[in-house]
Amino acid sequence: MIKARITVTLKNGVLDPQGKAIEHALGALGFDGVGSVRQGKVFDVELQSTDKAKAEAEIKAMCDRLLANTVIENYSIALA
Amino acid sequence: MKSAVVLLPGLNRDRDMIAALTKISGKPPVTVWETDATVPDVDLIVIPGGFSYGDYLRCGAIAARMPVMRAIAEKADKGVMVMGVCNGFQILVEAGLLPGALMRNQTLKFVCREVKLQVANANTAFTRNYAPGQVIRCPVAHHDGNYFADAETLKTLEGEGQVVFRYADGTNPNGSINDIAGIVSAKGNVLGLMPHPENLIEAAHGGNDGRALFESVLGKAA
Repeated sequence: MIKARITVTLKNGVLDPQGKAIEHALGALGFDGVGSVRQGKVFDVELQSTDKAKAEAEIKAMCDRLLANTVIENYSIALA
Repeated sequence: MKSAVVLLPGLNRDRDMIAALTKISGKPPVTVWETDATVPDVDLIVIPGGFSYGDYLRCGAIAARMPVMRAIAEKADKGVMVMGVCNGFQILVEAGLLPGALMRNQTLKFVCREVKLQVANANTAFTRNYAPGQVIRCPVAHHDGNYFADAETLKTLEGEGQVVFRYADGTNPNGSINDIAGIVSAKGNVLGLMPHPENLIEAAHGGNDGRALFESVLGKAA
C-alpha cells in the first residue's frame, strides 16, 4: 500500500481571510512577531497500488480534477 | 420556453426557483436529478442555491463532478441557456463552465441581506429587459461569494462585457473583486450570480426587481 499526503495551499496573491483571522487571534494570544498565516488543507490518501510512479500520476490527476481548485490553489504531493 | 431545475442533495432554494419559473413562464420546470446522465430538451437549465454536499471540500466542488454536470456542459456547448444562482454559481465555476472562483467572504461572515446591483451589461439574453446601468434591489444569502479571478481572466471578463451584475452603492457584501456579483460565459449563454433574483419577483416579496431577469431569459417582452 502507498500512502500519499497532499498539501493544498492558496496561491500567492490570493486573499486568505481565514488565515488573516487566525493571524489576529495568535496576536491576541500574545504571540508577537507572527509575520503572516496562510491556511491550507491536508489530505491523507491510501492507495492499493504498490507502483510509486503510477500512484503519483494518479494522485496528481486527483488533485487536478477534484482535491485542489487550481484557479486559486497549489498542491504538493508526498508519497510514503 | 421550457426550463429545467437541477436537484442535488443539500440545495435548499430549489422550491423558490421552481415557483419563480412557474409563475413567470406559466408552466412548471422539469426537474433533473444529479445522477441523470442526460437533460431533457429545454431552453433553460437552472442550478439553484443551497449547500450541495454540505459545502464539503469547497463550495460546489462535489456537485460539479456529478454526472448531470457533464450533460449540462454538453447542452451549454450547444447554446442552451444555463443559469446558476448562489451555490449554482459556485457549482458552475467549479465545473469550469464559468471562469474564476468563489471564495470565503472577506468578513468571514455569512451575509443574508438586501444589496443593490448594477446591471453592468444589459445586452445579454439574461438582462435585456433591464436598462443599461440600471440599479436594482436583490437579496443575497451566502458565506462564499467573494469572486476571484486572476488578472488576465479579469481583463477578459471586463473587456468582453462578461461582468453582468455588480454590487452597487457600496453594498458589496463579500469583498468580491471589482464588485462582481454575476458573470456570463464568453458565448453569453451561461450566467452565474450570487444574489437571488428568484426571491424578489412579486409584491409578496416586497418588490419585483428580479422578475425582469426571468422575463429576459424566458423570452418575454419587457
